[in-house]
Amino acid sequence: MAIDRVNQGVLRVGLFVTCLANTMRPSVGFASIKLLEQAGCVVEVPELQSCCGQPAFNSGDDEGTREIARGIISTFEDFDYVVVPSGSCGGMIKAHFPDLFLDQPGWLDRARKLSDRTYELLSFLVDICGWQPKGVALDATCTYHDSCSGLRELGVYDQPRKLLSAVEGLTLVPMDRSTECCGFGGTFCVKYPDISNAIVGEKVEHVLATNAQLLLGGDMGCLMNMAGKLNRENPGRVTAMHTAEVLAGMAGDFLEGRVLNADKP
Amino acid sequence: MQTNPERFKENVAEALANPGLKVAIRRTTDRAESKRAAAIQNFPNFEQAREQGTRIKDHVIRHLDHYLARFERNAVASGAVVHWAVDAAQARDIVLDICRRRKGRRVTRAKSMLGEEIGLAQALDDAGFERVETDLAEHIIQLAGDPPSHIVWPSMHRTREDVVRLFREHHRNPTDSVDIADLVDSARRELRGKFLSADIGITGANFLLADSGSVCTVTNEGNAELTTTPTDVHIVTAGIEKLVPSMAHAMPLLRLLVRSATGGEITQYTTFYTGPKRRGDADGPGEFHIVLVDNGRTRMLSQGMAEMLRCIRCGACMNHCVVYKHIGGHAYGGVYPGPMGSVLTPNLDGLQRARKLAHACTLNGRCQEVCPVQIPLPKLLRALRASSWEKKYEPPVNRQAVRGFVQLARRPRLFQWFSSLGVLGMRLFSRGGWISSMPFASGWTACRDLPAPGKATFMSLYSQQRKSGNGIDQP
Repeated sequence: MAIDRVNQGVLRVGLFVTCLANTMRPSVGFASIKLLEQAGCVVEVPELQSCCGQPAFNSGDDEGTREIARGIISTFEDFDYVVVPSGSCGGMIKAHFPDLFLDQPGWLDRARKLSDRTYELLSFLVDICGWQPKGVALDATCTYHDSCSGLRELGVYDQPRKLLSAVEGLTLVPMDRSTECCGFGGTFCVKYPDISNAIVGEKVEHVLATNAQLLLGGDMGCLMNMAGKLNRENPGRVTAMHTAEVLAGMAGDFLEGRVLNADKP
Repeated sequence: MQTNPERFKENVAEALANPGLKVAIRRTTDRAESKRAAAIQNFPNFEQAREQGTRIKDHVIRHLDHYLARFERNAVASGAVVHWAVDAAQARDIVLDICRRRKGRRVTRAKSMLGEEIGLAQALDDAGFERVETDLAEHIIQLAGDPPSHIVWPSMHRTREDVVRLFREHHRNPTDSVDIADLVDSARRELRGKFLSADIGITGANFLLADSGSVCTVTNEGNAELTTTPTDVHIVTAGIEKLVPSMAHAMPLLRLLVRSATGGEITQYTTFYTGPKRRGDADGPGEFHIVLVDNGRTRMLSQGMAEMLRCIRCGACMNHCVVYKHIGGHAYGGVYPGPMGSVLTPNLDGLQRARKLAHACTLNGRCQEVCPVQIPLPKLLRALRASSWEKKYEPPVNRQAVRGFVQLARRPRLFQWFSSLGVLGMRLFSRGGWISSMPFASGWTACRDLPAPGKATFMSLYSQQRKSGNGIDQP
């Protein structure tokens, strides 16, 4: 049914950009819009959006998290779908928002309705839109890290692989322990930097062992963590990228250093 | 060996600085992971079995009063003496009183985490009994003077090389060999005489069967049986959450337990003890005592932690935990390490003391995924964080940082303005597209670089494009 609506072009999707895409990697936001439009959605980016609340939620500040969540619910509840280019922020809205309002029936109902309509980007493209990329080519080898929240809270595993298999010339080299945490963990990586460092150190060994040029994933937090460790210890060997960027045909630009950041305009 | 959850950060630093420790941990956890994976592959409908195990445990936890009374009635009918201990101190006193009354000198113990939880080893030593740990791994750490670092393999932090050295130093008739079979023989020679001459044997319990009053233990070494059969007194110390309604309920949990713990199908020894030696029995203890220990369990039940009481102590959560695999068990500073320990220790030792453990987790969910009784460990750890926040145990500086963040995040325009400002600020520290050090970011940049952000945030680029009517292509 959803696919029929997509085909009729009436599906209104609200894009929840996420803090990290907004500040650190705007191209993920643009790539998301491009892909969703290719998949037949009408995309809107509400101005009144901020953070999904995870830093407060994972610090134990439930009341603060509720304050943030109420704003997101109010902003996004009128869309047919809410799409998030992150399993972790998407999981926050989809898997955790309802739990925050168990004692507040009115908000609980609204949180549940929003939860039902919220999807992580890559799984939304496959599971709801039935979309596959066409005419995207990239002559490269890549490997994939399965970020934990997307994998375990939202069941994102096959969808990115399916999408990437349609990119001409791209070879996906499986990574050993691709489903093991990279050590980012949001605030964890600054609360316990030593443990986080040990974990990501081991993760990048698995990345390097694939000999892939590209490290792909669906969450900027994990990608920045692994990219930062790779750059510190093995600069220039692997480029980390959000899967949406590859699917939107931006990977070539990144590999040639054209838009990665403004130091290399 | 410092075991204190308040020292968690210091403990972590010590553990990470010990390269031998990581080698020792990985020998065990890598093997445990792959053996469990193979066992589950060969187990039809493992998910259904987890569901069943979960339902059994939840049912008992919901009707704990009923099953405890039933267990006591049936255990007493079989000739056992049932004792109730509200906390660790009372449990220790009950055990010591029995040992003293029976004028025991040598006490053999089969590995029991509940025994560790109530501090029984130390109490027996302090009271002057000769304590003999009979589980091979417990024997090793008794010689080394270490606390256990894993709930299934308590000596996993020790390498084979350590064991060779310890046995040469402590065994009366040690082997020169470094072969595992020879080392096991050496321990057997050392322990066998003590088994046979012990006065009192103490075990834990893997299950308590309410409908028969029986106690079940599982071991791979037969040491529980040798602890309980030759002695005249058998004392069981068990947490009240070990109850199951009947043998028919213990079986599915046994199947889950062994596969999740060691990847085996069944342990070498699975024994059910019902009452003391009866007239006509060839052997068995003359006295059979069962000490049922609460020690915070009913409080957990009332504080939203009921799901933790499902735990069957298989250790799968720690074997699959990225944090545990790097820091090992001792760093946690409690009796129980890893994810399950990070939930239990704050409940047993106090949240204020152990609150750091609730944060020592990336919330990646792997532990919950492998838990044979589906304990939502990340949810429980988060609940402890929330409780610590509510009780104002979290340091003021953390609280203020989070409160400040919340005040921004609930005002999207202000939040975006700060985001833009942050991007500009960060760019001042960019060198070649990367930031290798920046104020307030040392937690990140001490060990990794930070990709420098672009010229502007997505939201400002997007609104510029909308205004200029350029569509949504990347500028």
